[in-house]
Amino acid sequence: MLGNLSTPELSSLLALSPSIDQIGTNERITRIQARSIKGAAKMQGLRMALSMIDLTTLEGKDTPAKVRQLCFKAQHLHDQAADLPTVAAVCVYPTMVGVAKKALGNSGIKVASVSTAFPSGQAPFEVKKLDTLYALDNGADEIDMVVSRGRFLSGDYQFVYDEIAAIKELCSTARLKVIFETGELDSLDQVRKISDLAIAAGADFIKTSTGKIQPAATFPVVLTMLGAIKDHFDKTGQMIGMKPAGGISSSKLALQHLLMVKEVLGEAWLSNEWYRFGASSLANDLLMQYQKQLTGKYQSAAYFSID
Amino acid sequence: MMSQTNWNLEPSLESAAQIQLQAQYELFIDGKWQAPLSNTYFDNVNPADESHLAKIAWGNAADVDLAVCAARTAYDNVWSKLSGAERGKYLFRIARLMQEKAKELAILETLDGGKPIRESRDIDIPLACNHFFYYAGWADKLQEAFAGQQIAALGVAGQITPWNFPLLMLAWKVAPALACGNTVVLKPAETTSLTALKFAEICQEAGLPAGVVNIVTGYGDTGAALVAHPDVDKIAFTGSTAVGKQIQKACIGTAKKLTLELGGKSANIILEDAPIDQAVEGVINSIFFNQGHVCCAGSRLFVQESIAERVIEKLKFRLQSIYVGHPLDKNTDIGAINSKKQLETIERYIAIGLAEGAEMYQPDCALPSQGFYCKPTLFTDVAQSARIAQEEVFGPVLTIQTFRTMEEVVQKANNSPYGLAAGVWTDKGARIFGLSQQLKAGVIWANTYNKFDPASPFGGYKESGFGREGGRHGLSAYLKFSN
Repeated sequence: MLGNLSTPELSSLLALSPSIDQIGTNERITRIQARSIKGAAKMQGLRMALSMIDLTTLEGKDTPAKVRQLCFKAQHLHDQAADLPTVAAVCVYPTMVGVAKKALGNSGIKVASVSTAFPSGQAPFEVKKLDTLYALDNGADEIDMVVSRGRFLSGDYQFVYDEIAAIKELCSTARLKVIFETGELDSLDQVRKISDLAIAAGADFIKTSTGKIQPAATFPVVLTMLGAIKDHFDKTGQMIGMKPAGGISSSKLALQHLLMVKEVLGEAWLSNEWYRFGASSLANDLLMQYQKQLTGKYQSAAYFSID
Repeated sequence: MMSQTNWNLEPSLESAAQIQLQAQYELFIDGKWQAPLSNTYFDNVNPADESHLAKIAWGNAADVDLAVCAARTAYDNVWSKLSGAERGKYLFRIARLMQEKAKELAILETLDGGKPIRESRDIDIPLACNHFFYYAGWADKLQEAFAGQQIAALGVAGQITPWNFPLLMLAWKVAPALACGNTVVLKPAETTSLTALKFAEICQEAGLPAGVVNIVTGYGDTGAALVAHPDVDKIAFTGSTAVGKQIQKACIGTAKKLTLELGGKSANIILEDAPIDQAVEGVINSIFFNQGHVCCAGSRLFVQESIAERVIEKLKFRLQSIYVGHPLDKNTDIGAINSKKQLETIERYIAIGLAEGAEMYQPDCALPSQGFYCKPTLFTDVAQSARIAQEEVFGPVLTIQTFRTMEEVVQKANNSPYGLAAGVWTDKGARIFGLSQQLKAGVIWANTYNKFDPASPFGGYKESGFGREGGRHGLSAYLKFSN
């Protein structure tokens, strides 16, 4: 059924998307944020969060040298601390996939490439297709595509659906993350609807944002997307991954997000196979907190390498 | 790819070390701590671990008489002579002192009553403070509240509060009484006296004139003596319907003004177009808030048949991340049942539900070995005629019934001797208005539940009582009107 729904079928699927109440959503989040994550649970959470990071550089001024440095950091987060996990993946533009792939070698760290005319998605489908194929040909393990938000907002759900399904087909074994750019959507109802649409079209992961627009991965948006993943799992038994990106820059926020995943989806999602943080500055804050837990003292930011 | 599971939060206990409990508490009468004429004290127990907290004075009729006399004298000589603005100043001072001591009050409330520290810290104490702030503002505007009417204070108000929201119910009663110019004799519930006694200290610290607030601790006989006292002008009671009926009988033929806020078996209704995940969360808040010790708890859930299976499935999953445990643990969602007696009542009702053939679900969670605890409990396949669906359990026990049409659910929801509150979950505004006109309940929440605000009146229909507390309506319970 995946990937080939007709317009009436898609319409009836989206008609089943439940409405989302903003106030109730906020209440659920307040409950989670009131929890106290301390001691061994905090340590475990910090390590888990580190292992779930897609370490990202997505700038016009990216160069092979910059990407190589990022890839080194991905493998050596903070060698002063023993037994740290590595991040899950490095996330770059298609032109940098080859560089990253080579730099990461057989470290086990994945290379994720943004595609489909990231971040706006405003390009003809042929271009998006070439963009994706280029990344795949250079060895991308994961594709982070953007959806056509304009088409979605104008009600052309079939277009958005077909586009995702077509990119999914190109991906073969590569895992497809679908970016909604929720900061450009209007309501949690729309976030829920596009989540259901993307999951039906074959997304392996759903992802909040490009990181280029604020607001990005807010708690209400992430909770709404987790709700779609949970309903899909209950209906089909199929797990879908979640990637909040943009705005989660502190350990406290990251731990609260992980707790939300645990409570809403269950512990099966607490691995980097099913959950990622799209972030660049989060890693160092996690490392600082980790060192603080180990030594009882906060170290200066100067002790943690940027990149 | 690495995978980790078994990520469990550690206990995070709020420290009670900063709380200095006295070994023995006396009565607070005429601005002073006085040993009871009864010469009797009772043990106060921490329901979280059954440890002894303090000995508390057990006032008798003679003690009540002293307190009422003190209140009468304070009314005649001091309080009735103050302007509204002056009374308001005292109330503002009390409110600010309560805020300053919020943490201490929250810990005391949790130690004494077993409610989760998250709730006493984030809900009970802030709301109690807000009630004082709110009524402080009314004290000099009473004539504006009732324009064109002749109003006057009643005199001495006898107030009897329950154990489920000890300080909050005190605030609901004391704040409007004082704002309207009355003096007060308050009898807190026997299992939860500590925050009322702390409140007495706050009144002293605020310089409130002696005798304006008197606290007489004790059991039901103490309350009965207060109700029976001939010099009390008003009785305000929050508690069980059975006791409420006795009080009403006792007041027959007297000039006492009476308000009763009693039990409930409130209906929470989920229609098929509801925002389902938020409705499920609303159910959690409606029945498991304060261990279900809430007069307006949404203890009867009605779900439209087309979505019933899904709602029940989601509720069961949600219960897996409800933490039942020590009330001082900041992660606790459901704390200790208030008393052994109440735990026995709840357990008796669970047995009744099972005997009636309803299907029970409880999550697989460990309970502390000491103290009074009860797992969150769902009953499905419940009939309207089942006792478990008709009688107030006052615990974390939810009955779930299904319905087909709006007409059916209105009939079933109203088919109860109670009428305190109701909840409606739907995406359609018209249905909210339609249902709220037909449901016989004093409070109706739409797409939320258990929301309280000092500006909003609260009270029931039928055997849930009469009179309103909160808001402008709450003032009229403490005033006499003559045109």
